[in-house]
Amino acid sequence: MDFNFTETQGMLRDTLRRYLSDTYDFDKRASMLRMDGGRDPGVWKALATELGILGAALPEAHGGFGGGPIDSMVLMEEFGRAIAVEPYVPTVVIGGNALALTGGAHADALIPGIISGEVVIGAGFYEPQGRYNLADLKTTAKADGSGWTLNGHKSVVVAAPYATHLLVSARTGGSQRESAGVSLFLVEANAKGVVRRDYPCVDGYMASEVYFENANVGPHALLGAEGQALGLIETLVDHAAMAQCAEATGAMKKLHELTLDYSKQRKQFGKAIGDFQVIQHRLVDMFMEAEQATSMTLMGTLRLDDPDRAKWVSQAKAKINKGARALGQWAVQTHGGIGITTELAAGHYFKRLSIIETQYGDFDYHMGRLEERLLAA
Amino acid sequence: MDLAFSPEETAFRDEVRAFIAENYPAHLRGKQDEGEELGREDMLAWHRILAKKGWAAPAWPKEYGGTGWTATQRYIFSEESAKAETIPPLPFGINMVGPVIYTFGTPEQKAKHLPGILSGDVWWCQGYSEPGAGSDLASLRTRAERVTEDGKDYYIVNGQKTWTTLAQHADWGFFLVRTDPGAKMQEGISFLLIDMKSPGITVKPIITLGGEHEVNEVWLDNVKVPVENRVYEENKGWTCAKFLLAHERTGIAGVARSKRGIEKLKAIAKAEQDGTGQSLLANPFFRRKVAELETDLTALEFTELRTLAGEASGKGPGPESSLLKVKGTEIQQRITELVLEAAGNYAAPYFRALPEASNEYAIGPDFAHRAAPTYFNMRKTSIYGGSNEIQRNIIAKMVLGL
Repeated sequence: MDFNFTETQGMLRDTLRRYLSDTYDFDKRASMLRMDGGRDPGVWKALATELGILGAALPEAHGGFGGGPIDSMVLMEEFGRAIAVEPYVPTVVIGGNALALTGGAHADALIPGIISGEVVIGAGFYEPQGRYNLADLKTTAKADGSGWTLNGHKSVVVAAPYATHLLVSARTGGSQRESAGVSLFLVEANAKGVVRRDYPCVDGYMASEVYFENANVGPHALLGAEGQALGLIETLVDHAAMAQCAEATGAMKKLHELTLDYSKQRKQFGKAIGDFQVIQHRLVDMFMEAEQATSMTLMGTLRLDDPDRAKWVSQAKAKINKGARALGQWAVQTHGGIGITTELAAGHYFKRLSIIETQYGDFDYHMGRLEERLLAA
Repeated sequence: MDLAFSPEETAFRDEVRAFIAENYPAHLRGKQDEGEELGREDMLAWHRILAKKGWAAPAWPKEYGGTGWTATQRYIFSEESAKAETIPPLPFGINMVGPVIYTFGTPEQKAKHLPGILSGDVWWCQGYSEPGAGSDLASLRTRAERVTEDGKDYYIVNGQKTWTTLAQHADWGFFLVRTDPGAKMQEGISFLLIDMKSPGITVKPIITLGGEHEVNEVWLDNVKVPVENRVYEENKGWTCAKFLLAHERTGIAGVARSKRGIEKLKAIAKAEQDGTGQSLLANPFFRRKVAELETDLTALEFTELRTLAGEASGKGPGPESSLLKVKGTEIQQRITELVLEAAGNYAAPYFRALPEASNEYAIGPDFAHRAAPTYFNMRKTSIYGGSNEIQRNIIAKMVLGL
């Protein structure tokens, strides 16, 4: 058994942590969110070129370092510590994996682009009526003479406002919630018939509602086998869920540190509030949640290739969703009024953790997936 | 023991219900339904209508403009108001400084301030908390020094208050200040009424997590306050503060508003899909949480009714009201958690930052627009009005004798 990072993984963590602590502190992050377009595109560029880390988890054959989910985990924990609003999950974890798993000309052309920072991907797997059910799709793709015609609406596609490509699910057959008949498409973001409504999110990310209005895409837009992509999409989303668990873990650890510091400095009734046992126990509970989040992130990430992957990922995401909510609420409560203002970092961590809970399956969704497996066993 | 309303009480309920239905301004209803931000006049409109009817301050003694209602009638009125989701009169005047003034004030103070509080013409804010004095309110440092100028006595006030709700609109504020820095904590504090237009007062906004401007910092720089604006004796302001805190806690349970909140939650969950072809309310996980929440609310409701019955038989609001505050705020917060869960993927979009014009394509269901900001905002309820930790301390000390 070995839970140590490789030398490369240790370097990745140190490099990214140093970079983010210089460029992504509280004030700098706030001013980035105020920029036109809601972000500083220079950061992503720097991650690709100066730091050269976007290929860490991607195959060597396409110019990556040949790492995998553990490398993404290391990076995501750092993004979480800085509550960075960078599109690593949709672009590298989902987009990069989708391309690597389906191979072919798209992979050859686009993975190097992801690594160099020129290709940014938004992933649209969810629809307004479907909550977290990846098969609940009304978006359709019909084969026409020159390729495919897409119609439909994708919910809250993170990074879509500045993405070069969109990776979306659509029905090429089957009925609304059927497993069969789901296909995966890679669409150029500026293709005709792709309409977006862009908006900022409460956690600082940018996202869009994406509408396909008779969007014609070429025959090569189809990734993987027609009508059989649900399994692939579930794999991609499980990878994304684990990357977000890592991000949550980083954010939870940092928020715990911030709260611990605050409780040592803040004085009421003639002593530091951290001297009160009720506060001490709460800080211990937060610590225990952050530790368990670390464990579950590691467990789920190491088991992404396990035959029982869905079980392990759902355990991890459910546990972390619940822990993130508790830790976030306790952090705010311990800070008191200042915790609900935009003036201190703590509240911003709380906001991001709250939204992580709602992405790639909430607590109930993952518990439901686990319970189904219990009954099926 | 009898739970049913008497025929007179039922008739009273119908009268209240009809009055609200006939008089509640339609434009307010519209703004509330749309989740639009309310301006100063919006927040006062219903107060002014109630004042004309003589219903603005049900709990006040009749001689000062109260209604003379029984505790049960007051309960009915607040239930009906919550059901109809009226915008209640702001608490700072009617529930807070008003009772302090009619209990401790001079005849001149009563004559000067009570009519404006009652009518809603004068907007009050509360200058209690300071950056260094939150839960430990008695450690406040804002200093008031007594001076004599041209034969008149004044206080010169210096310091900083914080979390001052809606001070941006306020005409007057009631402040706790330290008049004797040598005295022990609670001693040496005085209760001052300060005209917010006085030179030396600066109000600075604090923006909270949902993007709201609800609270402010209030800076006082050599603010000159006539001594006759002090309520009760010098250095005895803590008596007023304690009295006010007890008043602030009654009604803080928010039972009727939470009932309405759960009704709305159920309507939302009925309309939303759970992703398996049924409504979210039909989803066993979700409906269990709603059922549990309703159960807890019933427990709170009957605990509050017992407290009310105690008050009706002459007991003032006691430390038991801390229980109502803790459980009431927990329920209010849990409602917002479930609304956030119901929003699902649509919890993320942030509408306050959106340009108005670009609404050709809707972004998720309407309720989701306020789900996350409300969830964030309602974390305040377990912090304000004496944090829930402080409420537990009160129960431990005053009820359990620990």
